[in-house]
Amino acid sequence: MTHKQIVTATINGELTEFLCEPHQSLLSCLRDVLSLTGAKEGCNDGNCGACSVILDGRLVNSCLVLGVEIEGREVTTVEGLAGWQALTPLQEAFVAYDALQCGYCTPGMLMAAKSLLDRHPNPTDGEIRAWLAGNLCRCTGYDKIIRAVRAVVPGTAVAPKTAEAPETADVLQTVLETASVDQVKEA
Amino acid sequence: MVEIKQNLIVVGSRPARVDAVDKVIGRASYATDVRLPGMLVGRVLRSPYAHARILSIDTGRAEKLPGVYGVVTAADLPPLEGDDAVGEKAFRDRELASDKVLYVGHPIAAVAARTPEIAQEALDLIRVEYDVLTPVVDVLAAMKADAPILHHDMRTRSLAGTGEKPTNVAAHFEQVKGDPGQGFAEADVIVDREFRNPMVHQCYLEPHSSTAVWSDNGGLTLYVTTQGTFSVRSHVVRLLRLSMSQVKVVPMEVGGAFGGKNSSYVDGVAAMLARKARRPVKVTMSRPETFMATGPNSGSVLRVKMGATRDGHLTAAEATLIYEAGAYPGSPVGSGSHVMFAPYQIPNGRLEGYDVVVNKPVVSSYRAPGATQACFVAEQVINELAGTLGFDPIEFRLLNSVKEGSETVDGTVHRHIGAIEVLQAAKASPHYTTPLEGPNRGRGVGHAFWGNWGACSSVTMTVNSDGTVSMVMGSVDITGTRTSIAMQAAETLGLPLDRVKCTMGDTDSIGYSDTSGGSRTTVATGHAAVKAAHDVIDKMRERAAQIWEVDVQAVVFDAGIFHVPDDLDKTLSFQALAELLPRTGNVVIGVGNVDVADWGSCFGTHIADVEVDPETGKVTLLRYTVVQDVGKAIHPMQVEGQLQGGATQGIGWALYEGYEFDAAGQMLNPTLLDYKIPTALDVPDIETILVEVPYPHHPFGARGVGENPIMPPPAAIAEAIYQAVGARVCDLPITPARILETLGII
Repeated sequence: MTHKQIVTATINGELTEFLCEPHQSLLSCLRDVLSLTGAKEGCNDGNCGACSVILDGRLVNSCLVLGVEIEGREVTTVEGLAGWQALTPLQEAFVAYDALQCGYCTPGMLMAAKSLLDRHPNPTDGEIRAWLAGNLCRCTGYDKIIRAVRAVVPGTAVAPKTAEAPETADVLQTVLETASVDQVKEA
Repeated sequence: MVEIKQNLIVVGSRPARVDAVDKVIGRASYATDVRLPGMLVGRVLRSPYAHARILSIDTGRAEKLPGVYGVVTAADLPPLEGDDAVGEKAFRDRELASDKVLYVGHPIAAVAARTPEIAQEALDLIRVEYDVLTPVVDVLAAMKADAPILHHDMRTRSLAGTGEKPTNVAAHFEQVKGDPGQGFAEADVIVDREFRNPMVHQCYLEPHSSTAVWSDNGGLTLYVTTQGTFSVRSHVVRLLRLSMSQVKVVPMEVGGAFGGKNSSYVDGVAAMLARKARRPVKVTMSRPETFMATGPNSGSVLRVKMGATRDGHLTAAEATLIYEAGAYPGSPVGSGSHVMFAPYQIPNGRLEGYDVVVNKPVVSSYRAPGATQACFVAEQVINELAGTLGFDPIEFRLLNSVKEGSETVDGTVHRHIGAIEVLQAAKASPHYTTPLEGPNRGRGVGHAFWGNWGACSSVTMTVNSDGTVSMVMGSVDITGTRTSIAMQAAETLGLPLDRVKCTMGDTDSIGYSDTSGGSRTTVATGHAAVKAAHDVIDKMRERAAQIWEVDVQAVVFDAGIFHVPDDLDKTLSFQALAELLPRTGNVVIGVGNVDVADWGSCFGTHIADVEVDPETGKVTLLRYTVVQDVGKAIHPMQVEGQLQGGATQGIGWALYEGYEFDAAGQMLNPTLLDYKIPTALDVPDIETILVEVPYPHHPFGARGVGENPIMPPPAAIAEAIYQAVGARVCDLPITPARILETLGII
């Protein structure tokens, strides 16, 4: 039997400590340990993109990253984009353009689009499609997703701000339930 | 016939869908997100063989593993009894095999454990002894006299009666119209071709998941991902012999379904495990399990023959449809034969269908079940006839199109259809009127009829004392119907949309509603919502009459205002009257429950432009347009989304998708890497043209829209490829290799 590891990382702007199995994926840590269920499991083998998160500024499939690998690093999930009151322009565009149906791919799609816009504030349609090709959507045919991303180009309204860390109470609750580690808030 | 409402304010507008914000902040709650105190993980042991007898199942070691709270097999089901023991045994064997496994992935046992790792270890400790039998995975091989038999009690059902020998052909039908022989004799051109397509999967991104918890008094609650909560309830009630009132099914957000979540796969097992473990249990499928052990669409073999005269009139059509049912009977072959020639006036015809069991997953519904391959083959032949006779493909279809009162080959009579309007709109579209230029490029057209569905829906509607309305519907929202149903209620009540909230009810809190399938929900549940709104209005008129001490007939409701004409003192807005309700006899609750028997069918025409690389066979979609009769678009943006999403799934059928099996019945590509579905790079922007020919039996004229758009893409794309490089490919998917083979290059 393996021993759980303590991992400390900045998740959605908050310094967070949690316990995980050495083999546990980041996706499972987010969902099953930290109750950040925004990232979804569609395939668990890196082919659907529903679990996309941003790790140190880079878009990753969180099912292909181990929880222990994020020690000392920064992770942004869909919950880190905005709180209730303030959607980012990208999220607003997804709502306004009806760029979702079932919504299961949406958290990953948003993180992929954010990652693109963070690097290339003024992408072409081809670049948008190429960048989002790792995120499968079975409902929309992509048309309205591409239009929504296009709507926040060019330039000015792009950079989604780092919103206040949401779900603090929920995370704390989960941590208390797992009864082994403390939530540490960044000074 | 109802009077269709005009001068609409809410219906036809494009508000943000009510579930959108939850979905963009990651807070929408799906079945896999359910977490209950003390919840265990359930996992299913599945057959590694496509065809085998089970000699014994030993769960002893698994049960003793620390952290395991329960193991179940078919032996844990209630004893078989009753008149239909054969049918019941088949139903139960699909859930947990008792004596025989019929496909790779067939469930045999399940465990509930504290962690996924322990659950997996427990599965590894279950010992199953098999007598491995020869499988049959090819549908034509399965029909042969000496084929391995899946079900020894199965006899072919047909109009001639029931067969005498064990067989894999579960059903056979034949329908004839006119004199096909004479019709072909009158034809100047006849095209006769054979087509094949493999099984394809709905590929909803969210795998099946079910969480079960029992109360001490025998009540079962299930949190599920499903298109129909009442379907899940019926399934579990039948499996575990419970009463309907013992079972509460709670619908969660659904992460895609497309017909594949009409069936129940893990709900029964979750309930059995939770009862045995006396703890909540969640069972979630992996992606390979979803491919191998849920219900794809039938693979099939189809032969089609059509004839036409030189002046472009169809004289006869014949088709033989052989559909794989998977391991148990019930393929959608009837649906395929119903729709394939339905867009055309054909005086003579014959349709013959076979429902055949093979050692593969049991097929289920997938968006216009059984129709996409039937449309593919009929429309390929129509395109070939049009080309051979020198007709423009849309002109050829217009010349032969069904009209009001036309009777199809299978005897269906078309009523209130928009077939001609759709074809004319396609012909006049910006896409079709723009010439396609350049080498190795081609354009193709596909055209489809789909019948849609009506059936049962229930809605209740409570008027709150602040003038807002809380409504509960029994339909599961899989495509934005909370919004489209609330819009129809708001329109009827004369309220802005933000005053009407629509929620999905669980099976304890709302009346029976059929599954959200058959493109029926916006239409049929819309009927129920409008009926409930009228019930609310009538009850509020009565209340106003009581307050004003006048006869109820004197109270008029118009544009959100209750008033007595010619008496200005007797006027109350909806909100003002709502505020008085609690003190004048309590709030008002409206009820609308309907069984919709009249619903509109729909037609769609698709136009595809492609470029084919003649060296590699790679197909690039350049431009794509969907034209469809939608009756009345309740929420035009959502309708566009249905058309775009449906077309993209059809594009997947056309170019990429298909199960591959080895001879032993093992699926070779059960991942989203090896089973490719369209990505954002594979499709262009998809243009939509909404044709609105109102359906006269719906309050707003709406027709179902969701299924039709999956049907035309394979034929449109196949024809475009033919026009581009001269390769007429008759098997799906149309891979680069198939194109190069057809061209004789490889």
